[in-house]
Amino acid sequence: MSSGTAQDVDRNPMNERLLRAQDVSEQRMLLSLATPALLMIVAIVLIPVGWLFYLSFIGNDGQLSLEHYQKMVEYKSYARVFVTTFQVSILTTLLCILIGYPLAYFLAMLPQRMAGFFMLAVLLPFWTSLLVRTYAWLVLLQKNGILNDFAISAGIWETPVKLVHNMTGTLIGMAHIMLPFLVLPLYGAMRKIERDMMHAAANLGATPIQAFWKIYFPLSLSGMVAGSLIVFVLCLGFYVTPAVLGGGRVVMVATQITAILENQFNWGAASALGVVLLVATIVILYLAGRFLKLDVALFGKS
Amino acid sequence: MASHSDNQSAETPTALPIRIQGLTKKFGQFYALDSVDLEVHSGEFLTLLGPSGSGKTTLLMAIAGFNRPDAGSIRFGEAEMILTPPHRRNVGMVFQSYALFPHMSVAENVAFPLKLRQVNATEITDRVAEALATVQLSDLGDRSIDQLSGGQRQRVALARAFVFRPRILLMDEPLSALDKKLREQMQIELKHLHQKLGVTTVYVTHDQREALTMSDRIAVINQGRLAQVDTPHVIYNQPANPFVADFIGESTMLPLTRDDSGRFFFESHLISADEPEKAGSDCSLVIRPERLFVIKDQAVDTEQTIVFPGVVRDFVFQGDTAFAVTSISDKHDLAFRFGTDASSSEHSMQPGDQVSLGLNRADVIIIPRATDL
Amino acid sequence: MRWWQKPASDTQITHGNRLWLYILATIIMMLLVIPTFIVIPMSFSDSQYLEFPPSNWSIRWYDVYLESPKWMQATVTSIQVGILTMLLATPLGTMAAYALYVSGHRAARAIFVCLITPMIVPVILIAIGTFYAYGRVGLNNTITGLVMAHTVLAAPLVMIVITSALRNYDLNQERVARSLGATRVKAFFVITLPQIKFSIVTAALLSFLTSFDEVIIAIFVSGGSNATLTKHMFSALRDFIDPTIAAISTIMILVSTTLLLATQFLGPRQK
Repeated sequence: MSSGTAQDVDRNPMNERLLRAQDVSEQRMLLSLATPALLMIVAIVLIPVGWLFYLSFIGNDGQLSLEHYQKMVEYKSYARVFVTTFQVSILTTLLCILIGYPLAYFLAMLPQRMAGFFMLAVLLPFWTSLLVRTYAWLVLLQKNGILNDFAISAGIWETPVKLVHNMTGTLIGMAHIMLPFLVLPLYGAMRKIERDMMHAAANLGATPIQAFWKIYFPLSLSGMVAGSLIVFVLCLGFYVTPAVLGGGRVVMVATQITAILENQFNWGAASALGVVLLVATIVILYLAGRFLKLDVALFGKS
Repeated sequence: MASHSDNQSAETPTALPIRIQGLTKKFGQFYALDSVDLEVHSGEFLTLLGPSGSGKTTLLMAIAGFNRPDAGSIRFGEAEMILTPPHRRNVGMVFQSYALFPHMSVAENVAFPLKLRQVNATEITDRVAEALATVQLSDLGDRSIDQLSGGQRQRVALARAFVFRPRILLMDEPLSALDKKLREQMQIELKHLHQKLGVTTVYVTHDQREALTMSDRIAVINQGRLAQVDTPHVIYNQPANPFVADFIGESTMLPLTRDDSGRFFFESHLISADEPEKAGSDCSLVIRPERLFVIKDQAVDTEQTIVFPGVVRDFVFQGDTAFAVTSISDKHDLAFRFGTDASSSEHSMQPGDQVSLGLNRADVIIIPRATDL
Repeated sequence: MRWWQKPASDTQITHGNRLWLYILATIIMMLLVIPTFIVIPMSFSDSQYLEFPPSNWSIRWYDVYLESPKWMQATVTSIQVGILTMLLATPLGTMAAYALYVSGHRAARAIFVCLITPMIVPVILIAIGTFYAYGRVGLNNTITGLVMAHTVLAAPLVMIVITSALRNYDLNQERVARSLGATRVKAFFVITLPQIKFSIVTAALLSFLTSFDEVIIAIFVSGGSNATLTKHMFSALRDFIDPTIAAISTIMILVSTTLLLATQFLGPRQK
């Protein structure tokens, strides 16, 4: 595009150096505004996590070794932890989709103002302490808790059913806590679907059910996938809810890490588990990031 | 290309000339501005006209100081401005989105530049009132921005841009958000305002009619270079190259051949005997559709008129004018536009009709065919 | 025509056809909200055991909470850490979000990704990482250490809130202010800041809550006289269901509901 006519060549680029210097100093000034946050994250996240990474490769004898990773492959107890972790994460995600999709669909159908009001039902748990919500479920689900009392008096079951300190309780609590992370991006994606699209489908002869499955559902899929992904990734590293509602029977990676630190004070083994957790998270996010625009899901409008 | 030499126009206190030299701006490998030279005379209304992505807004933003070119010089009068930050350039600026401050009233918006210049309170009140009167918004000073219509917002943005008496005013497609009627009315108003203020104005648009209506001169820009800088008349009647001929107005371009004595021919028609300044053999004939007329009983070229016999292929009635496409040979069509008054018989034209179209030799436009623009 | 025979939108589907959806959504929303709020009446029970509805009402558990030096000290710590985190994370996150949004530099995107890593890295990893690193520099069981760790968790949230606010804001306003004679700094404070202030307040409240509700890092890094409310609550939950927790939970629900409603009602006024 820059043709080399004689006129162009013998003209000296004016002020080139001064302009570049000014540009560099302006960019430096702007980026320096981000440095405090950056330094903080380097000090609190990157260095400590890097340190753990290093520790995970130090054997119990203080030498460089892969023994912690070898144990993970060899010991059945580790395998069980990973299986449980994935099981809980997948089931929670499915539960969230099952409950969250109709809710998001309902909210997306409402006029904007009413949706804002009903949205409070999603936002309220979102803003409430996770510990408080976990506690509430513990109270609700325990042997003499409200749910059992209610079910027995209504004749649904006769003797108290064990609803907590097991997988059931964990899943109920996790789904409750994760639901907003699915509903918010899904709702955002549904709001962006133009009504005209559904009109066009109807105009072309689709029944409401066909229009939903052929047009609406595929268009809402991006929000659903983004939301499910966030839920799944958060589940992988979850600690509080499984620890409380699982009552020691649902051992996930995070629980195992704390247990190793509390009981054996074995930093190498704990770090190795943490590294595997981190790598799994990053791989999943990386793969997903290649297929969908995560930042759009995070920030809404792009 | 910009052939105006040092034009020593008087630098009145209300206006400053802008002298741009070698202005270059790259985005990666893409030249948004490719060594642009342009002089905007003092007090002139100059329009930067080009398709989207041509570099016209980049050029305007460089004058305002909002993007930093890679090289070049921008002088206001004699003072080099290229390194001066925007807040010390003293140029009024109107954005396409108006960019009014929604948390301030109309009067506060207009007073903003004066407050920054620490003008005393009574003078601020007077000058805000004066500026609002100029844009016919005297009663609306206390309104908040979201109570205004699109046209009123446009006026507030204008008042804010000239209230501090800048000697240069820049506008980036300020009318594009308005509907057609209001836009045409504002074009006239802006022109009057420019005459009243006498301030050097650089105006960006992609709307050729707007440019032709308002400008003292038009700088046609394409792919980061100036294609032609001249008055609306010259730009329309003597486009310098195919880009300008095609971009401004409607046109049909026919390839010309040249014989040994330098005469131009289109097929068998002698188009022009002497165009000595047009060197080279690759030239085109540009025909404006509205310059053609129907000839009744004549099928041969005369001294004054070139006659193209042909067959009507398409005919469209558009209200104020009608438009026809006529085949004049196997390869070439002519676009033809004409008025629809009752006296003209042409509106009964049917596809398939034989017709002869005349072109006065005075309306012949010959341009070089191949350039890098 | 009855309301359920009217079309639900401008399509032919009526409210009646949608009834199943309305019922289902209502049940789901109740399931979302009620479990949390059921704690409130239970906290006013006179009984050792959590019963619903309580047979005798009392404020006994609030007295226990208010008279316990352990709970009081933990509450003070939590509030202190929450406020300090808010004061640190809000400006840091806002500055970074603004700079990266305006810059458009090649490095900006990379820095942005780096700054939101705390959202990607599982918190348990940050918790044991800081626990290990703080052990080396003596920051365990200190307010400073906890505030720094919580700031890192809160700053990305601030950045996301502010970035989406800036995306909905016309940056040309800042440009115009500069052309009218304002310096860059002045243009930001006089023009941009007043228009994104609501988002900044939201971000600040979010960072306070992030810190106030945070459990995992607090379990590892806080302790002794600087243990947080959540740390004590967590150990109480694991051991035994102590009704005092119901009282504390009620207070925490009250705090977060108030803050949420505050953001909702501040919002519309901005337009």
